Amino acid sequence: MRSLLPILTKKNPLDLLFSAITALASMTVIVFIIGILWVLATRSWPALQKFGIFDFVTSLSWDPVKENFGAATSIFGTVVTTVLSLVLAIPLAIGIAIFITEIAPNFLKGPVGIAIELLAAIPSIIYGMWGLFTLAPLMSKYVEPALQSTLGKVPVIEVLFRGTPLGIDILTASVILSIMIIPFTASIARDSFNLTPAVVKESAYALGATQWEVVKDVVVPYSKLGVFGGIVLSLGRALGETMAVAFVLGNNHKIATSLFDAASTITVTLANEFTEADKDIYLSSLFGLALVLFAMSFATLAISKVILMRAEKKYPR
Amino acid sequence: MNIERKRKISGLMALTFSTLAALIGLFWLVFILGDVVMNGIGALKLSLFFNDPVPPGVEGGGLRNAFVGQFLITLLATVIGVPIGVLGGTYLAEYGRGRTLSRIISMLSDIMVSVPSIVIGTFVYAILVKPVGHFNGWAGAVALAIIMVPVVLRTTENMLSLVPWTVREAAFALGAPYYKVIIQVVYRGAATGILTGILLSIARVTGETAPLLFTSFNNAYFTVNMKEPISSLTVSIFQYAMGPYDIWHAQAWAAAFVITMFILVLTISGRLLLRWRYKQ
Amino acid sequence: MRQMSIAALAMVIFFSASTSSAADTLNGAGASFPYPVYSAWAYDYNKTTGVKINYQSIGSGGGIRQIASRTVDFGASDAPLKPEELAKDSLIQFPAVIGGVVPVVNLEGLSSGTLKLDAAALCAIFLGDIKSWDDGMIKGINPGVSLPKKDITVVHRSDGSGTTAIFTDYLSGACKNWKDKVGAGTSVNWPVGIGGKGNEGVANYVKRSSGSIGYVEFAYAKQNNLTTTKLKNPAGTFVDPTFESFSAAAESGAFDPKKDFYLWLTNAPGKNAWPISGATFILLAKDKIASNATITKFFDWAFANGDAKAKELVYVPLPPALKAKVKAYWKEKGLI
Repeated sequence: MRSLLPILTKKNPLDLLFSAITALASMTVIVFIIGILWVLATRSWPALQKFGIFDFVTSLSWDPVKENFGAATSIFGTVVTTVLSLVLAIPLAIGIAIFITEIAPNFLKGPVGIAIELLAAIPSIIYGMWGLFTLAPLMSKYVEPALQSTLGKVPVIEVLFRGTPLGIDILTASVILSIMIIPFTASIARDSFNLTPAVVKESAYALGATQWEVVKDVVVPYSKLGVFGGIVLSLGRALGETMAVAFVLGNNHKIATSLFDAASTITVTLANEFTEADKDIYLSSLFGLALVLFAMSFATLAISKVILMRAEKKYPR
Repeated sequence: MNIERKRKISGLMALTFSTLAALIGLFWLVFILGDVVMNGIGALKLSLFFNDPVPPGVEGGGLRNAFVGQFLITLLATVIGVPIGVLGGTYLAEYGRGRTLSRIISMLSDIMVSVPSIVIGTFVYAILVKPVGHFNGWAGAVALAIIMVPVVLRTTENMLSLVPWTVREAAFALGAPYYKVIIQVVYRGAATGILTGILLSIARVTGETAPLLFTSFNNAYFTVNMKEPISSLTVSIFQYAMGPYDIWHAQAWAAAFVITMFILVLTISGRLLLRWRYKQ
Repeated sequence: MRQMSIAALAMVIFFSASTSSAADTLNGAGASFPYPVYSAWAYDYNKTTGVKINYQSIGSGGGIRQIASRTVDFGASDAPLKPEELAKDSLIQFPAVIGGVVPVVNLEGLSSGTLKLDAAALCAIFLGDIKSWDDGMIKGINPGVSLPKKDITVVHRSDGSGTTAIFTDYLSGACKNWKDKVGAGTSVNWPVGIGGKGNEGVANYVKRSSGSIGYVEFAYAKQNNLTTTKLKNPAGTFVDPTFESFSAAAESGAFDPKKDFYLWLTNAPGKNAWPISGATFILLAKDKIASNATITKFFDWAFANGDAKAKELVYVPLPPALKAKVKAYWKEKGLI
């Protein structure tokens, strides 16, 4: 069919026009990406030049008075909340995927699947608001004191549970983020599980394997590349989340040592300070943060895309 | 016997965990939605839709400006974003089918779908707010449109690809040029799917806050002038929820309820539409 | 579908055409400190004249930034700019109203005015040197008050803020330690605590966290029933934040139009003066001639009719002599 196309399109001038228009429209995506990169790079250039690219990324200082800016504290907050939320979300998401594909009776599969995906449809600002008004008080009153009096007594890891449990901290933000990314990981894991050919599963059952053994020894190995791709995609999503964490992270430019400390992510710093930066170098540094974030999430998403494409190729539908 | 038992128990435990995981997922959904519904319905008043905001301490304000502003921004974003997305998707699935360029664009779109929306906000600030000299509604609409394009583009590509090639061949055989085949035959075949994609992309951008913070900004007054800063529901929710006044919190919950319901209805009907159209 | 999009397009054109001529909204942004009084004035002004003044509270840093890059018609800042800084961006500056920044605490059982603090204790708390409410330093100034053994949570601003500028200017003036370690400015590098966005955000976090202390403009404390503290002023008296103590500080201020009214009111002399007072300023761009005329008209109206509203929200209206100076300044700069 490919060989037909040139012949078909060359005949008619209107066809040429239409194909040119559609081609242009599809190019906008490339234009957006190059445009974003260009704008962020030129705008952040003064800051990157003043502080040096390496120093900007590694400096712990975020000091508007002395006009000394570094991205490290924001990057730290972004990475910590993201990783923590993944740790919380992955087991649940995979459990959900197993439930939907293997355990649930047929009449439940659809509704449960849609319900979980609805978690992804709730706007992030709603998550943030719910987090501030409902989850944060619960965390500070019950969950965090409970953690403090149990895990907080265990040597070494007790550092993680020091401080006043306010509910406006890294832990609460990570819990909210984890709820938000569950549907992404779960739906990709479910799709990957579904790729396991029924014949393979049935032969395992025929050999006397239990349901769990089929999942563990047949389904999971068969689909692990796809699941891994889904996890990396969720990672990319979580990196860029703004409003859900803006409410409950406490906006503090410090390297936190405890889960109960306030922190700041790149996105939250941008949301709070972008319209408010009073000096040119301040604004330029914020564009620098945006550039770092764009680079981080673009790289992560590209990697996930490559993994998912490879998974698809290995086990075609 | 012993091994049998161990296998059974470990299996049971694992399956219980999975079921539990699903229950926890559902619990969060019910918890969040329940909270929004309970707090939102209680705060829902007619004045919310028909009055404009008043300063703290004065009775009877609403968010009429934000409802209208949100509608206008979303409408314009749709008017800008949907044609570009549909046409772009058409290229990938039709004229550019199988080309390396198409594959690259398709992959970049998948990445663009998940790029942090706040970064898009800073980008639009630099190109449409700073040069123009003031925050404006158009900038907000463009920011949302940039988010919409890759979503619509990818759905369109997928939906057009689902239309069997033989359908096109039949039309070619009648002597129709390709563009006519696309517009009159292929689009018709994929209409439901594309429409669903559009609905879902509208649902997606309606909930966006971050890209509006630096673009359409906020406005305490009712306006339909897109050249000025214009209020939106999401930015108002952010401002009101972060604020200290109980009346603001109540209004934020009410607005949150309306916007969440709108998005959920759109999302669910989109999914049902898809399921109904592409029933296997 | 085609009809739908044509209809939508027609609607958009209709909307933008029907309103593009009417530039009856003026946009201002900046300090959250005076937001309650500006929005109340703007609301009344809109009812009497129909002119819309859209004031968005985004923080003083933002006010300075946005007027310097001309993305708003006027900026507002609690931190006055020095004449040379104004000249650099061709800006004009005048005070609009005077108010006070107050420490607010969330401690069960304590009502407003029970807890006394002095500059040294406040510095130690915000530096993180004092970590618990039953610390000897706080107990020493508060004999007879039962203070809980509870961790202190510091709440500060996360955005560029004039309230922060006034507060840190006060701390810098009062303790050397603070000046050396942190300094003063619209945003500073906070040693401890969590950051709320705007006076609203700080008030909200303090309201929600037991054992917390923050600083907000007094109107926010009052409207939210937050617990305020007494504070020791340079004259050695413990004063409550009241209209009177703010007025006492305001009266001590010698605002000079030649310096574009650049003046801080912190640590004001006077037996009953509140030590963390400050004026809040309006910034105009010299080149925005048309909008400047409307904005000065608005403030002229507010100076004449807004005093009662300001007092109701516990802001101190400018003294008549200062209002006259501001009007003369407008004339001199060619605004009216």
